[in-house]
Amino acid sequence: MPERIEPLAIAACSATSALGHGLAAQLEALRSGRGGLRANDFSSAPLECRIGRVAGVEDAALPAPLAHWDCRNNRLAWLGLRQDGLMGAVAGAIDRHGATRVALILGTSTASIGATEDAYRRLDHGHFPEDLQRPEIHTPHSLAAFVADATGIEGPALTISTACSSSAKVFASAERLIRLGLADAALVGGVDTLCDSVLFGFHSLELVSRQACRPFDAQRDGISIGEAAAFALLERVDVAPHAPRLLGHGESSDAHHMSTPHPEGRGAQAALDDALARAGVDVDAVDYVNLHGTATPKNDEVEAKLLPRFATRTRASSTKGFTGHTLGAAGALEAVFALLAIEHGIVPPNLGCSEPMPEAAPWLALQPSPRRVDVALSNSFGFGGNNACLVFGRGAAA
Amino acid sequence: MSTPFALRITGIGAWAPGAPDWQRLQAIFRGEAATMEDAPARPAGTILPAAERRRAPDGVRLAAEVAAQATGMAGVDPATVPCVFASTHGELAITDYVCETLARSPLELSPTKFHNSVLNAPAGYWTIATGCTTASSAVTAHHRSFAAGLLEAAAFACAEATPVVFASCDVASSGPLAEMTRTTLAFGMALLLQPDGNGGTRLNLALRPGAAEPVRVVTWPAVAGDNPANAEALALLSLLAGAKASNLRLPLSSGLSLDMEIEP
Repeated sequence: MPERIEPLAIAACSATSALGHGLAAQLEALRSGRGGLRANDFSSAPLECRIGRVAGVEDAALPAPLAHWDCRNNRLAWLGLRQDGLMGAVAGAIDRHGATRVALILGTSTASIGATEDAYRRLDHGHFPEDLQRPEIHTPHSLAAFVADATGIEGPALTISTACSSSAKVFASAERLIRLGLADAALVGGVDTLCDSVLFGFHSLELVSRQACRPFDAQRDGISIGEAAAFALLERVDVAPHAPRLLGHGESSDAHHMSTPHPEGRGAQAALDDALARAGVDVDAVDYVNLHGTATPKNDEVEAKLLPRFATRTRASSTKGFTGHTLGAAGALEAVFALLAIEHGIVPPNLGCSEPMPEAAPWLALQPSPRRVDVALSNSFGFGGNNACLVFGRGAAA
Repeated sequence: MSTPFALRITGIGAWAPGAPDWQRLQAIFRGEAATMEDAPARPAGTILPAAERRRAPDGVRLAAEVAAQATGMAGVDPATVPCVFASTHGELAITDYVCETLARSPLELSPTKFHNSVLNAPAGYWTIATGCTTASSAVTAHHRSFAAGLLEAAAFACAEATPVVFASCDVASSGPLAEMTRTTLAFGMALLLQPDGNGGTRLNLALRPGAAEPVRVVTWPAVAGDNPANAEALALLSLLAGAKASNLRLPLSSGLSLDMEIEP
């Protein structure tokens, strides 16, 4: 088992999803049980399903000096960066430590491939149309390169792209850089936008539900795809002693199948064990678990096998019924939900589930409920059997 | 400058057209051999089970081949070694296929091609083939993918006190996307990084303020092509082949470079 790590402060965070722009909108929706899924009005050809689309992405024009980064994914990133004082918090970290001492590690599964798809729809005699002849947006690093430019961060910059665990793993990579003294702060997060690749790709795998997804419901029949931008600024705890903390992280591989989880959840269990060991937290101390809970028959069946490890007082929920599965952004978005649970004393409900799977029912939070949360976990599992688990905890009392 | 951190390279893998393994590439760098005329057009990737090898796209075969060479040379069991797979562009032929199919007839998209399109396809196939249940990752940083990926792998090795296999691979561009990605030939390399111990080649890494100049291609321009990650990987491999104490500075970000000291 790994050794315990020094916690890091979440000096700032924000999220923008189908629930709205910024933390207040996420909190209001999670508290009231108001979901954000709507009929698919996005794909370039009809596809009957519900999607978690962020309102106003198209209107988030980039300022002129950043205009060469323009694409829908970077517009969502730009929209997300300007919530909750995040740009100011990053500027503060740059002031404290220097621009090269702040790292940038972001997760995404498809980045700005929507722009590449668009270029293929508008080929001009076999060539990309002139407005899309910008190599910097036809790469999976487009998002992180844009955010580095937009924030002035000059430290190590990296994109992690391990499908749906991408933006959970960024917390682990950032923690290692800070532990080794290679950075003093890190902006981490994830941004993924709706695009044909994921809508038709998951449809081809027969994983997309025609209705709003129903995580952990006995009748669940697939995912609803969403989009989101979520960020967190990590620093040593002395900078923000009262802020909630990253206590631990665990990563593992299923070594089983490219698109199906290990039947006994072997990798998920290992990621959970690692994360708890690094946090130095006993499983009985966990108050809330934000489950991966994609609402595919297989994911939820396997993930439910983890629940008996927790005390029956532990509450668990998937929030994908609110936002859809935001893929490469899901790890960071749901980390922010876990942080909101700690900061505001709420347990987000498992929206969309009316007939809970019996194996999960004792732990599932079906209604929004106020509750003190000191320790919250977030699970993220991706294609290729790539798993990550994060542990967050309360900061020092004010 | 950050405090340098020290690793050892105890295994090396490489594949390029005409140089199907590190021994051959090393001999080419030393002027002792030429590229093989009759070299296989695709990496062998024999660590993948036959059925998986048939299904696997070229980038996966390439990554599996070089990672297997590196772990084999180091004599470590890949089942217990975390892995970091870096790539500038990922599976370019599949991206071309996906975008072309979506533009023409989106409902015809192949499910296998879709799950092979993720940047972590090499990590997925590799962990399945080797039974590796520890951490695996897939990273990119466009033209800085080699330096940023190497830093990620080295940081993992040092922070977690474990060997790590690092691979950096890109396949050739195809279709209309090729004008944006400009990678002419497939090239991959892998290093088995040890945080301590003996043997192999010592590699000291440090972050230095100030962006370095990109590596000028001195070796094998056809393979380095317009892909800076390949050019930088080849630069490091040519120094490792030379087996002399040497230094390499690579651009890492707009304000930092990655300094390497190589001590055989």
